[in-house]
Amino acid sequence: MAEIAIKKKRPKNLDLPSIRLPLPGILSILHRVSGAVLFLLLPVLLWLFQQSLASPETYAAAKAVTNNFLVKLVLLGLIWLYMHHFCAGIRYLLLDLHKGIDLASARLSSKIVFAVSVALTLIVGGKVLL
Amino acid sequence: MINRIVVGAGYGLKDWVAQRATALVMAVYTLILLATLGAIGPSNYDAWRAIFANGFMQFMTFLFFVSLFYHVWIGMRDIWMDYIKPDGLRLVLEIATIAALVGYAGWAVKILWRL
Repeated sequence: MAEIAIKKKRPKNLDLPSIRLPLPGILSILHRVSGAVLFLLLPVLLWLFQQSLASPETYAAAKAVTNNFLVKLVLLGLIWLYMHHFCAGIRYLLLDLHKGIDLASARLSSKIVFAVSVALTLIVGGKVLL
Repeated sequence: MINRIVVGAGYGLKDWVAQRATALVMAVYTLILLATLGAIGPSNYDAWRAIFANGFMQFMTFLFFVSLFYHVWIGMRDIWMDYIKPDGLRLVLEIATIAALVGYAGWAVKILWRL
């Protein structure tokens, strides 16, 4: 029986670029990419945290580093990655609880994740970096 | 009768739960920190240091770091398992990840204990 099921012809599409990744899929791969990038930059972030707390002099030095426009831009990007990981993670926790697992709500919730994470990034980034 | 083939040492349930438990801890900490920053709006060294020198925040920050490093281990291990097929290379990357995270944990202790 099992062999018959396996031999059944199934549609095959090896032209992968022709498949458009839906929004929940983009959210998913960004969740992984953001986690990996944040992991790779952990030493930099820990160093910055250490400098900011060690003494008034290192605090001033850390502040001078983050006053650079490019550094600010990178930090804003990191805040966005963190917020995306945070919001998408909460969505996954809700999915674990079987909340919003039908297609329509899953698509809607992924839109909400993108909107909320960008809004949080602008609020926190504006407060911390300006 | 339970009719399953037992392979390996576990099915990953422990890691699955740990990934979510650590995520919850970090999510709560994130909200606490954002609320604190919003309320205090530290604009100088003393105000910034006072936030993390506070006993409760020190405890929560340490808990956040421990959760973070455990969470990162599970996530990075998943990534290595998905994309790195040669066993030797995967093992090297997994060991390097653990080594880095254990080192970061010591570093985090050093940062917080000095306050």
